[in-house]
Amino acid sequence: MLAVQTTPTWYLVLAAVVFAIGAVGVLIRRNPIIMFMCVELMLNAVNLSFVALSKALDDIAGQTVVFFVLVVAAAEVVVGLGIVVALLRRQPGATADDVATMKG
Amino acid sequence: MLQMVWLIPALPLLGFVLLLLVGPRLGEPNSGRLATLMAASSFGVTVAMFFALLNREPEEREYVKTLFTWIPAGNLTVDFGFLADPLSITMALFVTGIGTLIHLYAIGYMHGDPKFSKFFLYLNLFVFSMLMLVLGSNMLVTFLGWEGVGTCSYFLISFWHTRDSAATAGKKAFVTNRVGDWGFMVAMFFTFQALGNLDYLHLKENAHSLSNTTAAAIALFLFIGAAGKSAQLPLYIWLPDAMEGPTPVSALIHAATMVTAGVFLMTRAASVLHVVPEIGTVIAIVGALTALFAATVAVAQNDIKKVLAYSTISQLGYMFLAVGSGAYVAAIFHMVTHAFFKALMFLGSGSVIHGMHNEQDMRRMGMLRKLMPVTAITFIIGWLAIAGVPPFSGFWSKDEILLGAWGKSPVLWAVGLVTALLTAYYMTRQVIMVFFGDARWESHAEEHGAHGDFKPHESPWIMLAPLVVLAGLAAVGGGLNLPFTHGTKLLEQWLEPVVGEFEHHSSVTAGGKFGLAIAATVASLIGIAVAYSIYEKKRRPAIEPEILARGWRYDEVISSFMGGPGRKLFEVTALADAKVVDGLVNKIGNDTQDIGNIIRKIQTGYVRQYAAGIGIGAVLLLVWFVSRGVL
Repeated sequence: MLAVQTTPTWYLVLAAVVFAIGAVGVLIRRNPIIMFMCVELMLNAVNLSFVALSKALDDIAGQTVVFFVLVVAAAEVVVGLGIVVALLRRQPGATADDVATMKG
Repeated sequence: MLQMVWLIPALPLLGFVLLLLVGPRLGEPNSGRLATLMAASSFGVTVAMFFALLNREPEEREYVKTLFTWIPAGNLTVDFGFLADPLSITMALFVTGIGTLIHLYAIGYMHGDPKFSKFFLYLNLFVFSMLMLVLGSNMLVTFLGWEGVGTCSYFLISFWHTRDSAATAGKKAFVTNRVGDWGFMVAMFFTFQALGNLDYLHLKENAHSLSNTTAAAIALFLFIGAAGKSAQLPLYIWLPDAMEGPTPVSALIHAATMVTAGVFLMTRAASVLHVVPEIGTVIAIVGALTALFAATVAVAQNDIKKVLAYSTISQLGYMFLAVGSGAYVAAIFHMVTHAFFKALMFLGSGSVIHGMHNEQDMRRMGMLRKLMPVTAITFIIGWLAIAGVPPFSGFWSKDEILLGAWGKSPVLWAVGLVTALLTAYYMTRQVIMVFFGDARWESHAEEHGAHGDFKPHESPWIMLAPLVVLAGLAAVGGGLNLPFTHGTKLLEQWLEPVVGEFEHHSSVTAGGKFGLAIAATVASLIGIAVAYSIYEKKRRPAIEPEILARGWRYDEVISSFMGGPGRKLFEVTALADAKVVDGLVNKIGNDTQDIGNIIRKIQTGYVRQYAAGIGIGAVLLLVWFVSRGVL
């Protein structure tokens, strides 16, 4: 049995990796659904770091914030998916770059 | 009793509002009757005010009714109020009185006009504005009325706006009047600067404390305003053209009431003129020159209304001559008698035009006394009055003015005397051309072929009744101020509280006065005799030089100047405006647009690019904060 002790650093590194994956996904993928999922990744990476630090610092406030983030994320998904559905209904198979009609 | 003074202007205003709402439904002739009723009730109230004022002691004949504070702005407070004093009530009496008669006349004259009710709407609005002008307790209320009468004058001159000349004449009157209005405004600024108040009573009591320069500026700029409104040199040009309006308008606005507003204003400012008699000299000279100038032009006019228009300018010049000489009572006296006989003659000419089926050229008239006896007799009374034949009203008032002018300078008196001669001459010429001589309209009958057998006809009674009333007033109006004893100078006693202390009393002896009166009468009779021998007996050829018929080419000079060098000047100004002022504004606008065109490229519309921008920006901010040691 490997006597490896999990320290908060591990969780923070994991959170950073997940956040980076999400951020890169948002930037390079054009499918709106995938972009959404990447945003969720970023949000949950932040949640993970909140919980880890909450445990390490023995402060319950960090876990409370997570609930707020979850609620806001849920609301954001509702609005975002509504837009995506409307967009795809209008233009099946549309990508994020196809809706650049608001350009200056 | 006197607190009801606000009713005087309120009644015509009510008439205006009613006509605005239900005028077209009332139609002809009820809308005219409504307007006449309003003017007549206003006259009734004015008469009541007159007696209320008469019941007071002479020195207490001043009453200010403040309705509300109009403009409370810092140290400028202007009340909306009316001043009832002998001067304003005198003006209101003849404005409403003659106004009522002309309303009545217009019911007949405007018969069958498609815009019948609109005409009376304007007339009532005019009477309201004119009453605001004369009754205002401070310069700003007067100015409100001043602008109101200008606007109504514009509406009514171009009443038949489908006629090109009428529309142009309206514009000309409006624009020329603006020049004068500017003078009035500047005078108000000076007054406020010096006294901090625009009230007439305040001005009257404090005028002596004004410095000479300030008083001169106020008086001069007020006179510019007065010259515009009262058609004096060099701003008279709009009045002859204003004859394009319907004849009742010419009688009411351009003879009896509005054009005398300038004389009224200068009389109100008598206290200021008292401080600077030099400006009085300027006013007297301008008045005398205008009187002579317009009289020379009138001798060669063939349009029946143009003669009267130039005659009006000339008579207004007389009034300014009186004001400039310090003979304020004479000015107001002549204003009243002139309102009687000139309104009478304008209405008479309207009756002739009506009877001749819109013919205005006197060369096509003649012998109309047989066909229009009432018009002819009343017109002849007006002629005797304006020509200065005793004992008709014009003789007395003109004599007072000439007496005042003699006191100022014998040269001014001589100019006035020559004008009196010319006045008698051109009015005699007009009377003979219209009512005597050969019936020249018959030879032109075929031009009116549509009428078959063309024959001038007498006007209906509704037009003749005002003529008869005005003829009576023109005949006996001199009784207002007979110069025999102090007791017979009714108008002078009445106006004493307003202008008495500023009046210039002449030192001419009774015998001297008699001599001056004889000279004036002889001048009138010479004028009449010369015109009689030329136009009735045809002993001499007519003296109607081309240059006089064209009004000394004054209009043409202005037109060619404005069309030539003046226009170039305006084009340069317009160019400066377009290049410098507009250029600067446009430059700022264009540059903003150019910068925007560059910056807008950043907004690509690609949501991933925005996300990258936000991400990179967040990282850069973080780096910056960390490197500065903030975090």
